[in-house]
Amino acid sequence: MGFKGYRRPDGRVGTRNDVGILSTVVCANEVADAISSQVRGTACFMHQQGCCQTPVDIRRVNDTLSGLGRNPNLAAVLLVSLGCESTAVEEVARCIGDTGKRVETVVIQETGGAARSIAEGVLAVQGMVQEASRWERVSCGIDELVLGLKCGSSDTTSGLAPNPALGIASDRVVEGGGTSILGEVTEFIGAEHLLARHAENPKIGQQILDLVKRMEERAKSVGADIRGGQPTGGNIKGGLTTIEEKSLGAIAKAGTAPVRAVYEYGVAPSVKGLVVMDSPGREPEILTGLAAAGCNVIAFTTGRGAPQGFPFVPVVKITGNRRTWEKLRDHMDLDVSAVMGGAETLPEAGHRIFQEILEVASGKLTKAEISGYTKAMDIYMVGPVI
Amino acid sequence: MKTDAIVIKEVDNVATALRDIQPGEEATVGMGETVKRVRIQGAIPYGHKFAVYDIVRGEDVLKYGEVIGRATENIPIGTHAHIQNIESLRGRGDLTSGGH
Repeated sequence: MGFKGYRRPDGRVGTRNDVGILSTVVCANEVADAISSQVRGTACFMHQQGCCQTPVDIRRVNDTLSGLGRNPNLAAVLLVSLGCESTAVEEVARCIGDTGKRVETVVIQETGGAARSIAEGVLAVQGMVQEASRWERVSCGIDELVLGLKCGSSDTTSGLAPNPALGIASDRVVEGGGTSILGEVTEFIGAEHLLARHAENPKIGQQILDLVKRMEERAKSVGADIRGGQPTGGNIKGGLTTIEEKSLGAIAKAGTAPVRAVYEYGVAPSVKGLVVMDSPGREPEILTGLAAAGCNVIAFTTGRGAPQGFPFVPVVKITGNRRTWEKLRDHMDLDVSAVMGGAETLPEAGHRIFQEILEVASGKLTKAEISGYTKAMDIYMVGPVI
Repeated sequence: MKTDAIVIKEVDNVATALRDIQPGEEATVGMGETVKRVRIQGAIPYGHKFAVYDIVRGEDVLKYGEVIGRATENIPIGTHAHIQNIESLRGRGDLTSGGH
């Protein structure tokens, strides 16, 4: 059992074969978007960062863009730079190029404005797309899957059906030798003791507790109750009362596998199995972090209906809320609401999620890919804009 | 049998509604193999919680067998259990910074 993917020169496997257009700074977004809209087979990543930030955050922008460019779902990469940003564009290009894939850069201030840069970029990516089209899918094992775990716009169905079912699917990926990445550290608050018990050893357990403490202190530092922000207003309407309740439902998607390592945001795991990555719960930042860490597919459970995917990583949307399945058909990929009434068991739902992940990894399009609802992304920052 | 609400762990003192439940209805609550009947005191929207025992002010509220918060007032059996009568114990920057 496995899937068909694109084996890249660095040995990693992609589930998509896009040419990536990465904006290196907020000021280059318009040009990157315009290039992408004119060339089929491209995927554009835009964000709000890259300038007037602390060195810690600039480093994170560099690392995240490098990680995104290195993601095996991209066959080649065009970097779109303004020219005066803080992002270390050449370093990012070199880091991506180390994987063996083609990387080119368009610099707006050197090329002479948006119009010329768009033209230059379009010509560059046309060639890249044609080269990429020669790649063929080959048989790959479960061990080549790097699955990102995410839940969003949760309600009380999330913790009862889709999250525990996804946990079962995640366990299958881990049993098959693959990797599964759990983020959303905010949504460990109140459940971290259970997750820490899943740690492979006490040191990793302590790292999980430390990560949660850091996130909670950060949230508390503004001097307010986090309720309203976490759980969100929508979560509360859906019946979730406290962050503890949300977290207890959220961590179910990590299944029962031992946590083998803890990583900072966007860092590609050097071990297989279940790992934890620092990240907030908000969609634009965690989806980017998972993609930068090398996820080739993401499973995203939702209660009330979160619409977005990611530009070049397929995001499988799974809901346990029958009303959401019926009302948001253009955003939902899988319905596990039968678990709520007892008509389907969790293992049955988990099996269906696992099968869907394999099909999507082999090329089946997700709703977010079909609709292109992937533009509003961002990178998780820790310091201020200055 | 099809129930109107479920309790996830036996120690839990709240149930999650599997449909909109009206005031005065006698809801069937699945608790593992057993079913308990609870007279509902106010409207419980789909996915929301209600007390399956009388919960006293200051008592822990339990779901998944874990503490999800603390009762800020008495929550009689069958009453909607949500933000109006449960507070979180975590992420409370309002308490640590001398707020209130």
